[in-house]
This record gives sequence, structure tokens and C-alpha cells, in this order.
Amino acid sequence: MPQTFHRSTNTLSKVSIFGALFLVVGSLFAIAEINRSGYVTQAGVAREQPVPFSHQHHVGGMGVDCRYCHTTVETSATAGIPPTKTCMNCHSQIWNQSPTLEPVRASFRSGQSIEWTRVHDLPDFAYFNHSAHVSKGVGCTTCHGPVDRMPLMWQYSSLQMEWCLDCHRAPEKYVRPKEEVFSVAWQPPPDQIEQGRALVKAYGIQTRTSCSACHR
Amino acid sequence: MSEVPAVRVDLSGVRRRLDGAQGRTYWKSLEELAGTPEFLDFLHREFPSQASEFADPKGRREFLTLMGASLALAGLTACTKQPEEKIVPYVQPPEQAVPGKPLFFATAMLDRGYAKGILVESHLGRPTKIEGNPDHPASLGATDISGQAWVLGLYDPDRAQTLTYRGEIRAWTDFMGALRNALGAQKPRQGVGVRILTEAVTSPTLAAQVREVLAELPAAKWHQWEPMGGASMAARPAVGRPASVQYHFDRADVILSLEADFVVDGPASLRYAREYTARRKRPGAQAMNRLYAVESTPTLTGAIADHRLPLRPSEMEGFARAVAGAVGGGAAAPAPSGATGEWLAAVARDLKAHAGRSLVIAGDYQSPAVHGLAHEINQFLGNVGQTVVYGAPVEAQPVDPLASLAELAADMKAGRVDVLVVLGANPVYSAPADLDFAAAMERVKLRVHLGLYADETAALSHWHIPQAHPLEAWSDARAYDGTTTILQPLIAPLYDSARSAHELLAALTSKPDRKGHDIVKDFWRAQFGGDFDARWRRSLHDGVVAGWTAPAGVAAPSASGDPTTAPRPTAPASSAPGTLEIVFRPDPTIGDGRYANLGWLQELPKPITKLTWDNAALVSPATAQRLSLENGEVVELRYRGRTVKAPVWTLPGQPDDTVTVHLGYGRTRAGRVGDGAGFDANRIRTSDAPWNGTGLEIAKTGETRALACAQDHWSIDENAEPRHLIRSVTVDEYVKEPEAIKEQAENPPRDMTLYPNVKYAGHAWGMSIDLNSCVGCSACVVACVAENNIPVVGREQVAKGREMHWIRVDRYFSGAPQHSETIRAHFQPLPCMQCENAPCEQVCPVAATVHSDEGLNDQVYNRCIGTRYCSNNCPYKVRRFNFLLYQDWNTPTLKLQRNPDVSVRSRGVMEKCTYCVQRIEQARITAHNEGRPIRDGEIQTACQSVCPTQAIVFGDVNDPGSAVSKLKAEHRDYALLGELNTRPRTTYLAEVKNPNPELAGPAAGGGEHHG
Repeated sequence: MPQTFHRSTNTLSKVSIFGALFLVVGSLFAIAEINRSGYVTQAGVAREQPVPFSHQHHVGGMGVDCRYCHTTVETSATAGIPPTKTCMNCHSQIWNQSPTLEPVRASFRSGQSIEWTRVHDLPDFAYFNHSAHVSKGVGCTTCHGPVDRMPLMWQYSSLQMEWCLDCHRAPEKYVRPKEEVFSVAWQPPPDQIEQGRALVKAYGIQTRTSCSACHR
Repeated sequence: MSEVPAVRVDLSGVRRRLDGAQGRTYWKSLEELAGTPEFLDFLHREFPSQASEFADPKGRREFLTLMGASLALAGLTACTKQPEEKIVPYVQPPEQAVPGKPLFFATAMLDRGYAKGILVESHLGRPTKIEGNPDHPASLGATDISGQAWVLGLYDPDRAQTLTYRGEIRAWTDFMGALRNALGAQKPRQGVGVRILTEAVTSPTLAAQVREVLAELPAAKWHQWEPMGGASMAARPAVGRPASVQYHFDRADVILSLEADFVVDGPASLRYAREYTARRKRPGAQAMNRLYAVESTPTLTGAIADHRLPLRPSEMEGFARAVAGAVGGGAAAPAPSGATGEWLAAVARDLKAHAGRSLVIAGDYQSPAVHGLAHEINQFLGNVGQTVVYGAPVEAQPVDPLASLAELAADMKAGRVDVLVVLGANPVYSAPADLDFAAAMERVKLRVHLGLYADETAALSHWHIPQAHPLEAWSDARAYDGTTTILQPLIAPLYDSARSAHELLAALTSKPDRKGHDIVKDFWRAQFGGDFDARWRRSLHDGVVAGWTAPAGVAAPSASGDPTTAPRPTAPASSAPGTLEIVFRPDPTIGDGRYANLGWLQELPKPITKLTWDNAALVSPATAQRLSLENGEVVELRYRGRTVKAPVWTLPGQPDDTVTVHLGYGRTRAGRVGDGAGFDANRIRTSDAPWNGTGLEIAKTGETRALACAQDHWSIDENAEPRHLIRSVTVDEYVKEPEAIKEQAENPPRDMTLYPNVKYAGHAWGMSIDLNSCVGCSACVVACVAENNIPVVGREQVAKGREMHWIRVDRYFSGAPQHSETIRAHFQPLPCMQCENAPCEQVCPVAATVHSDEGLNDQVYNRCIGTRYCSNNCPYKVRRFNFLLYQDWNTPTLKLQRNPDVSVRSRGVMEKCTYCVQRIEQARITAHNEGRPIRDGEIQTACQSVCPTQAIVFGDVNDPGSAVSKLKAEHRDYALLGELNTRPRTTYLAEVKNPNPELAGPAAGGGEHHG
């Protein structure tokens, strides 16, 4: 009796089995990659703002320190978005007729806040604290990227949990000397890992990966 | 919920179980002793009636519709992008306001007019949580349950929001016009038709304002109505005039309480509870005090006493008189015979042996005669000036509130009142029935009511003005010892038309339209004199006004007040056995009804009965059996020609033939939460005997009401073997055999486990709960609710065992239910134990509950898919599941209260205590930013910081010097279900009683029942 299936069906079945596996794995990989992409995380997407504030100009061009506006970054969970008053400290003197800055002046006159669009938005169940990171040698640009080259602010990192854990599991990859925390020009040295390990020890950095470190 | 049949408890079965080998030393309810199916259901089903949602056909249809929709959308939910959010910074930042860091402001909460100092946590202008003010003598850093719920009162969406005239919205100027007209007509007549009704007033500013009004209208009258007040008058028999009484429990070795519930009730209760328990913290190593409690309804003070004697209320005065006779002060009185007589003699001998270091304290709801006798005994024993100190009254004008209200009602009935201004009080609801206040109100031409709610009194007033909450307004108040606090607002009034009592009173004077801030500040400017600004700021900052701490002048007991010479009313004859007596008391959680609309307090199980959302007619098991009454059976209470329908609740420890009813329920205009809960006991209450009386009759109605009682919820199964959950010994036993407490149950070696033996290198958080200090007040439960955004689930859900409290206070009884004098209560606060070998963690399929590196049993809400396996596997039953969307996501004012540092949980998520991990992380970040280790005591969990008796101590068990480590090293430290080797981080310190060796009989309670 001849075989029911031709020999070529062996190949066909192998191909379809491995093909199906490949398809499943491939689509899972694709989903994971889409989930990591800027499409989902919004990383790399510059946001429209009521006033086109340029970090490139103020930080890169004028050399304004981060803490001039983000005053509570060393003391509080939030870095702080500057009040209108901070803008007006300078802009009551310079560019005080600029039509671009009219929303700022209007806010100052009326007492109505400027409503900025949030760029870095963690989910509400994640409790991030700026001061804890800044005081342990995590630089602004480590997470926020080259702010001095961003005309409109955009999110540099994915802000996903795997990105948090990357550093929380191995902080030596990213920490820098405390005096360099607010520097936008700092670049990791070639021996970052060794230097990082020394800093982790010196600063008493805990590699905290317990859930309650961030989720409460 | 439909009416369910009342629970029939078979008392003979109870007796058999108590007598038999299965007899239980500690039990939670008669149902447990009798082994009723209802109890077994609660015991064995971790999630009682979980499917009952589908029993309701409408709910089932809705469920299927939703399921269809959610299946179609399943899996897509994770693909949504986060919605865009706005950031709204300040224009000009206020001083010191740092986003992300709360500020704390000192002010005070009011308890029947008296101040208890508080610190209010404010997140960018939103008050969210109340803490006690450690610098305030009536707080010492603690608060009571109503103090914790104070902040919910501010955000209650049912608060009055608009000024109304006969229910229609009007402007303030309309009201002022009407008021000026009426006052203008009164002016030529010296204001003879004007009456002002306030609550008890300790506020110096408010008193000065009332006097200002009375100066302009000399014939007007000021009345005060405080349903639970009158403490200043209590001392009148002793001193001869109104006075304040301060007790010094720290100096008292032997205390006799004549139904004084001093550990939870009254303006100084927080301090008294602290002082009393401070003498019981180190049994064996310190001289313990001894407390005898005589009471006509179970109180927390009686529950924690070394000896407790239930008496019918009519017997109280005779008992006090006999004690006075036995200690030798005053005329001898016939001592009761039998066991009570022996008890009394032993107490009297103990009091005499500790003359000068003993204390007899009569409760606020006792008659003047009992107060006089208590004073007489104290006087004779030389306690006055030692443990009892009399002072000038703290209230601005002390009155007997009931007499004051009765006079007002009589004037109103006689048509002598033209203008009635009610400031805050709600007499239409809370006045005794015989005053017929509602009918009397109708005869007043202009009725003005200022109140937080458009309540029963508002409904009968022409004008209703919404009152500014004390967290929204300026005021001042004094504490029990005269310490003065300036109350500062935390937030601008939520509703524009809200006014404070100060602002309304100003409207009655020739200088209307003054702001509360100016009124209070101007008053204090006159008092402080020079350097005003500095003193004002200092007073606001500290929460106490320096230099105003003691009552002006301390009055010594006057000769005329000496009760041995004063005419004495004859003791009322004790009613014959078999006739029923009635006892009226304020409700343990919602007080006189003013907190009826606060869901946190309605849902808080009442400390002794564990009822929620209802009051009941409390009867003893023996009386219930005699009258064949069942739990939940609605009866008609007939008393002095008036009737009210009430459900029956059997309460072990209640004196026989005595029915206790709690006031505060049966509100009709409390709000959405309070309306329809319970029955109104004021409807059978009369002003001549406001707190107890004889001649009650009970008639069956055939109706039932399913009461939501939490006493059997989350019970730990002891049917197979005793678990020694409560451990209680006498101090003598403890000194003799300190190890016996630990050895009551097996203590398996730490390594006898399949779990990996994890080493905790850094911090290891742990907690110690002292059962000897816990008075069962349940403030920890409300504090936890406020701190952790815990929702209110409502009466029906509580009845199903779905209350969400992360910490519960288990109340156990010991003794024989038929003999109320043997009944003792024991309290055990139970948060998550944070087991090192946590059974819950092993069964979670999605790793939503995992261990932290410091030993916390973390719950990750965003991972939880609601299998509830963890809760099934928890031997302590401390996990809570959101069966429905309990959290209010819509009401704007309630959102303002939420703690921003804690996730707000949604439906389908398990939640539990994590030792207030948000506070741990905040302290860690602060410490690290300052480059130092976390100090011991720096982290206070919410339940710990609120505790009046410091029974809860939290800290690092890896640090041998920490307070918690020292407590855990004590011999009386034991782990709950330690034999399971779950290695709980929360452990308990056993109860140690100090009974009188002379009283070893069944009436002694306490130690002799342990086994």
C-alpha cells in the first residue's frame, strides 16, 4: 500500500510547525517592540505647549541652571514646574513685548495659571521621587536626555519599568559624581563601571527592586 | 437587602460548650459559642456569599451584559496610550508650599465644645489627614475616632452649601435685611424676645461676642445645648458651683470608676487613657495600678478593668453610698448583701489602703448624687489635691445644658420668643421628647439656624445659613485643663455662603459684616498687648497659647459643697427584679448624632457590640432568654407613654433586666449616609431622667431587621484546637512564670520550614502591639482608613463580610454569658502580620504579592488580577478584596481628601496593610537626602501615631536598641498562630491583669478564666 502522504509533506509539516512557532514568537516580539516604541511610550515626541518654551535656548544657549526653575528637585518628589513669577523675573525686563510671551504676561496679570502639557507622565501607581535620585548622583540628563538640545521638550526615555530596573539593578552603569548631577555637558567616562562602583559605595546607593519602593 | 430571619442562639448549647471539654476561654460571639450555621459560614467561607450578586436578577443581567462587552475588549486595555495630562503651576507660589511635600498646621478639634489639639496634614492647600498635637495636653499626639473623621466632615458632599429661606436659595444681604428688621423691632424692648442658642462654649472670643450682643440687647437670653455636655456641672455637688475636675491617673494606684468611661469618652479621655495605661506598660517591673469598674452598660473602661461589676442603673447610687459608708466617710448605708457586698467591701478596703493614691471617678451620665458621693469618698481618702484637682470652669458660662434648653423651650411655648438664633446645635433632633422642641419652634416668629448640615432644626427654621467647618474658619477653644488653642483654617470655605459662628454673631451686633479672622485676631490683640504679632504667630504655630494654660484660679472645694452637710436626696429604691430599666447613652461612634453622616464612623464596628450602621436595644443573654428575644428581632420599647421600635441585640456583660439604647441614630435629615440608619432613642427620652430610668416595657412586633454586625467576621478557626489568640495572665502569675505566655502554644524552630531562609541585612520592619495597653477604642481603624484611602462599602456589604478595613480590632469575650458579672472583653488590633514565611505569596499566580528586601509583604495593585487565592491562604484573614467599585471616583470633594501618596484602588483588586509603606519610603528618602540613617521612631505608622495609649510600636527589629526590639524581647511577647511558623513581624504583648487577691470569685473576672 502506498503511503498516504507524499514524502514532501514531511517538509511541509516541518515548515508549518516551525513556521507557526516563528509566527507566534515573531508576533510576540513585534508586540513587545511596539509596546516599547515611541508610539506607545511617547518617547521622542515633542509636545505642543501654550508657550513654545525652549530648553535649548535657556539651558544650552543661556546656561541657566536646572534648579533656577525646577526649584524643588533636591527636596521633593517633584522637581517643580516654575510658577509664572519665575518667567517674569526675566521677562518683565527682556522680551517683555514679545507676542510669543503674551500667555505668560496674561497669566501674571490675571492670576490664572498657564496650563502646560505634561511631557513625563508616570502612571499614577508609580511613585517616583526626584530628590532621592538627585542626592545619590543620578544626573538630570541620565533620564531626561540632552535637554540643552531640545527646542521643545520631549521625553527621552521610555519611562517603562524595565528602563527603571535597568538602573535600579545596576546603578554603577549610570551614576556620576554629585557635583556633576546638574551638568548637561557631563559624559560617562570610559571606565564608568569602575568609577560607578566606587560612587555606589561612597554614596550608599541601595539597589532597591522591591515593589513597594515605587508602588504603594 | 431583604429582611433575613433573626438568629436564634441556643443558650443551653452555649452552656454545654462552655462546660464541656470543647469549652472556649475566649469567644467572639454567642453565635460562635452556640456554633450556629451563620457563624460557621463566616468561619469557613473566606468570601461569604460571594455569588449573591447573581441572586438579584437585575444584577445578573447587568453582569452578563458587562461581561460580553469586556470579553470583546479583553486584552486591548493594555494598548491604550496614557491620556494627556496638564500641569498647572502657581502664578505666585505661596510661602513654604512645596509640591510633593505636605505641611502640618496646628489647630484643634472640638469635643462637646472642648479643644483637643490636632495637626492637620495639608497637601498644597488640601487638608487630608489629622494627627494629634504632641504639645497639646488633651492630645499628647493622639486623636480619637471623631478627630480622625473630622477631615471627612469637611469634605462631606451632603454639607449645607447654600443660604436658604424656607428652603429657597437667598443671598446673605437678604438675610441681613430680615435680621436687621427683626432686631430693630427688638431694640426698643431691650431684645426681650431674642434668644441665642449655642453649643457648649469654651471659645473666649465667642463668649465675648455673645456678651457683646447681650450688652446691646440686655433682655435677650443666651442658652446652651450640648447633648453630651454638662461636665462642668458634674462637679457642682462637690465644689458648690460649676467647676472643672482634673484627674491624675498617673498618681492613682487604685481606681474605682462609677461608670466613668474615661479611656474613650470626654474631653480629656486621650490624656487619661495615656496616663492610665502608662502604669501598666511594664508589669512586674513597675507598680501596676488597679481598676475597678462598676457600670450599668458595658463600656471600654469596664472591659479593660481588673474587676468589673455590672449594676442596674437604679443600684448605682446605693452602691456609691455603700462605698462611702465602707470607707468611713459620711453616714453609713446598708451595704448590699451577697457577692456584691463582698466585692464592695474588698474595693473599699483597697481604696482605704491606698488613701491619697486612690481615685473614685463618676461618669458624665451619672446623677449629681453619685458625683457628690464620689467626691465625698475622694475627700475622705485625701485624694483631693492629689489625684483629683478642682479648678475654675473652662466653659465660658457653665450651665446645665438640659435645664437651659428646657427653659428655652418653655419660653418658646409661652410665645415669649420672637427671634431665635441657633448656632450649630440641632435641638429638634437631639432634645428629649418631652420638651417637644419642634412644636415650640413653630411659635417663634423668626428662626435662624447656622449649621454644617441642613438638618432637622434647619428644616424648621426660616433661615438656614451653612456653617463654615472648623477647618475652614478662624476660632478659638479651650481644653479640659484650660489650655487655649487658636483654631486656624486650613482651606478657604468650600462654599461661598458659609459663615462661622463668629461671623453670624457679629451680624447681631451693631458692627456686622466682620470677617472671622478679624474678630478672632482683634480679641487676642486685646489680650496679648505688646509684641502681638510674635505671640500670635507663636500661638498659631504651637497650637497652644502660651500663658493661657491653666484655668484662671483654682477653686478649693467649698464648705457648702461638702456633701456630708449638704442635704442629700434619698436614694431611689432599686426597682424590683424583673422590671426593666432603660439606659440612654451617646453612640460609641457617631456620638449624639452629629457625626451620623460620616461613613467612616458609621462603618467602624462599635468597639464592644461590633455593630455597624445601626443602633439596637442591648439586652443581656439571660434577659433575652427570659423574654425570648432574638438578635435582630424588632420590638417596641414602651417607656413613659412613648414608644419606639428597635431591633434587639444580645450583649454579654449587659446587666440583666437593663436595656441600653444609643442616641444619635434615626436621623431624618442627616444626609445620604446617616438617614434611615437605626432608630431615634430621643423619642422616648425625657428631660427629668435623661440617662436612665425604670418602667420600660418591651412588646414584640413580629418584624426583624438584619443588623450588620462585624463580630464574627474574619474569625480564626479554633474548632479543631485552641489557638491561644488572646493570652491573659495575672501579674502574680506573670512574675512567677514569665515564660508561660510564650509556651501556651508551640514555638517551632525557625528553620523547620520549606521556605528559603532569607536573611534581612538592612532594615527589618516589625511591630509590637501591647494588648495590656489597648483599650479597644478603634482609632487605629479610622486612622488607617484616612491614611490609606480605604473606601466605605455600606451596610449591605458589611453584612456580607466585605468591609475593607485593613486593621480590625477583634473583640473577644471571656466568662459565662448567663452571668454578666463574669464577662470580660479583650481587644486585639489585627493588621497584616507581614509574615516572613508568608502563605499568601506562594499562591499568587501573577506575583502581585511579594516580599520586600526589608520583610514587608508588598501588595502590587497594578499586577493583581483578583484571583483571591492569597486571601484564601491567609491564616490571619487580613486581606481585603474590592468586590465592587467601592471607591467613590466621582464626588469632587471626596477626591480632595485622598492621600496622594497611596494608590486609589479599583474594583477587582486585593488590598492590605503594608505598614504604611508610603511613610517608610518618605522617611527613608528624607534620611538619605540628609545623609543619615533612619532614626528609631522616625517612622510612625498611621495606627501607631493615632493610638492614645501607645499600644502600637513600629520599628526596625534588626536594631537591638529600637523600641520595638526591646518590646519584642519581653517575656510576654507572643506571635499569633506562631505554631504555623509563618514568622509574623507583628507580635503581641500579652494582657497582664492586676486583680485584687481578695476577689478570687467569679465576679473578679480577668485572670481566673484563662486556660
